[in-house]
Parts: sequence; C-alpha cells; structure tokens
Amino acid sequence: MAETIVSFIAACLLLLGCLFCVTGAVGMIRFPNFFARVHATSVTDSLGAGLILIGLALLSDSATPVFKLLFILLFTLITAPTAVHALTKAAMHAGSHTASPIEELPASDEGGPSSKH
Amino acid sequence: MRDLFAVIMLSGIYSLIAASLFITMDAADVAFTEAAVGAGVSTLLLLKTLALVDRHESTGPTRPGLAITVVIATGALLAYGTLDMHPFGETHTPSNDHIAAYYLENSIEDTGVPNVVTSILASYRGFDTLGELIVIFTAGIGVIVLLGQTGTSDSEIRPAMRQHLVLRVVSKILIPFIMLFAFYVQFHGEYGPGGGFQAGVIFASAVILYSILFGPEAARSVFSNATTRILAVSGVLLFACTGIVSMLKGKAFLDYSALAEDPVSGQLLGILLVELGVGITVAAVLIRVFLEFDERRWQPDDQRGQS
Repeated sequence: MAETIVSFIAACLLLLGCLFCVTGAVGMIRFPNFFARVHATSVTDSLGAGLILIGLALLSDSATPVFKLLFILLFTLITAPTAVHALTKAAMHAGSHTASPIEELPASDEGGPSSKH
Repeated sequence: MRDLFAVIMLSGIYSLIAASLFITMDAADVAFTEAAVGAGVSTLLLLKTLALVDRHESTGPTRPGLAITVVIATGALLAYGTLDMHPFGETHTPSNDHIAAYYLENSIEDTGVPNVVTSILASYRGFDTLGELIVIFTAGIGVIVLLGQTGTSDSEIRPAMRQHLVLRVVSKILIPFIMLFAFYVQFHGEYGPGGGFQAGVIFASAVILYSILFGPEAARSVFSNATTRILAVSGVLLFACTGIVSMLKGKAFLDYSALAEDPVSGQLLGILLVELGVGITVAAVLIRVFLEFDERRWQPDDQRGQS
C-alpha cells in the first residue's frame, strides 16, 4: 500500500515537472523579450528539473541512486539560478535592452526571431 | 549562419545531444568524454578564439554552387559507404568477432579491472593511448609556439567580471567540488566510467573557471608557465616510464604485469600510473592553452593584427 502511494506521488511529481518544462519551453518561444524569456527558462531549470529529480528519487529502490539524484538536485539548485543571473546581468550590461524590461513589453509585438538575443 | 557565436553554441548543444545518444547506447565513457570535451572545454576554447577574432563571418565572395556540389558529392560517397556496413545489431561482424570478445572475456582475469573500457584503453591498447597523449602534448606545444611569444599580460580582473558577485561566490563554493570530482573520476576510472582524459578535462575546466572569474594572474600564481610545462611533460614521461620499467623488468613495453610479483596487481598499478599520467598531461595542456589564449586577448591591437 505504501509503495503504491509513494509511486503515485512520484508520478504526480514527474508529471508536474514535465509540465513545468513544457511551460518553460513554450515561454521561451512565445515571450516577447529577452528578460521574460530568461524567466521562463529558469522555471525549467529549477522547478521542472527539481520536481523530476525528486520524483525519480522517490521511485528508486536503493539508497545510492537517491543520494546521487539529491546531489544532482543540489547542484542544479545552485548552478541554474547562477547561470540565469549571469545571463541576465550580461544582457543588461550589453545595453541592448532597456533597464526596465516591463515597460518594453507592449512595445514589441510578436516574439519573432528578430528580437532574439 | 554568419553569427559565429551562435555556431559555437550550436556545436556545444550538438555535443551534448551526442553525449545523450552515447548514454542511451550504454557507452558511458564515450559520453563522459563527449560531454566534458565537446560540450565543455572545446566550446570554451572556441569562445576564447572568438574573443580574438570578429564575431561575424566576413562576407567575402562566396560560391554556393561549388559548396553545394562538394557537400552533395561527399554525402553521396558517405551514403555509398554505408552500403558495405553490417546490419545494425548483427553479432558476427569483424569488429565483434575479431578481438573484442577476448577483451570482454578476459579483462577481469588479466587486469583485475571491472571497467573493460579502462583496461582496453590503458593496458591492451596502451600504445594507442600513449600516442593519443603525445598528440595532445604536441598540440599543446603547437599552441604555445604559435601564441606564447609575447609576455605581457593584464593583472587586473576584468571590469565586467568584477561586478559578478553572485558568480564569484557560487564558483568559490563549487570549484573545490569540481576538483574533487575530477580526482574521483581519475581514481575511480577502473570501476566506473571515467579515466585520465575526462579527469584532466574536468580539473582544467575548474582552473579555467577560476581564471575567468578571478583573473588570469590568480590562476597563474598556481599554474605558472613553468609549472604547466613541467606537468605536461611529466605526465607523458610517467606514461612512457611505466612502459620502460616493465621493459627493464623483462617483459614487453607497456606490459604492466611485470611491475609487481602478481601479474594482476602489476596491471592494476600500471593502469593507475598510466591514467595518472594521462590526467596530468591533459589538465596541464588545457590550462596552458587557455591561459595562452587569455594572454593573447589583452594584447594591444597593433600586435594582434599580425597573426
């Protein structure tokens, strides 16, 4: 019984993680400017990958994979926001985008490849 | 595509996908190498090269007709070559029947190494690996000869990097663990995926990360030109001397079973030493190559134009 509950929770986490990954991918394609896109991809990195890793850790039956997955989770939780932070900061300093990205939002219409950075 | 930055990024992504493909085919060692070298260090070195040259491809007189003809001809030849290949998954092919079966069956008895890839690389095919190591060493010498003529470097941390407080703090936390992981890969190569090549690349990338964020001078204070030169040479020497010692003990060159009383423990010792030599040379050459590129970046414009 307990195994069924655990695997059910793991399945839910995996599904939710996949959902976040897909959301991030859609956001990266559809969002209008660079900062909104980076925000969408950071969701993929932290929430999507994190939930999938926790789900996989719940599904594994021995201790070693669990530890490895938790290490990967810890590593992702440290590196992914750092990478996004560096990317955003570099974009700000490059000066190709305004300092307040919110105001830029209505100005650019469809996020075509021309606005890709 | 004329934006070379995008081309480099795409080639890195391609390497990462290829690594995933290798993983699904159970070739963990190859995947490891592809991810560390193809997606990691070579992307970094290409970006470093891009800092020396222009980001956009120069639009000269192009002849698309000729290019397309060459591509189609080469592709047709390659497709013709696949006709002679064996069906996918066929068991009785020369590559499977010839000598691979012997390696798979006798690796543990001969060398005591559970990871057959390591025993093939370091012991059965020791000559090939020594040759590969010398190729890397020679490439390092080539880069030093081509780029390392001028000695002025900038001791300042780049202004762009000084603002990245978050990056610097996080990398200070992570770099010791990256180096620890490199040593794990180095000394666990007999039992799991990994070995000298991968460990050297991972160790070098930790130093490269440090040098990007804290300035090349900080990295040079540990890995000075003299240090990397001595390390690169000593790795190759360690490999070759292991072979020569086994020769002096009465067996063939690189036959490690002569190294100890028991042939199997001799093999283990030999593989350990040889992998260590590979790791030291690869790490030293990569660090040095990166630092040479880095130094080149800060040359005045009049000197940069001559290459």
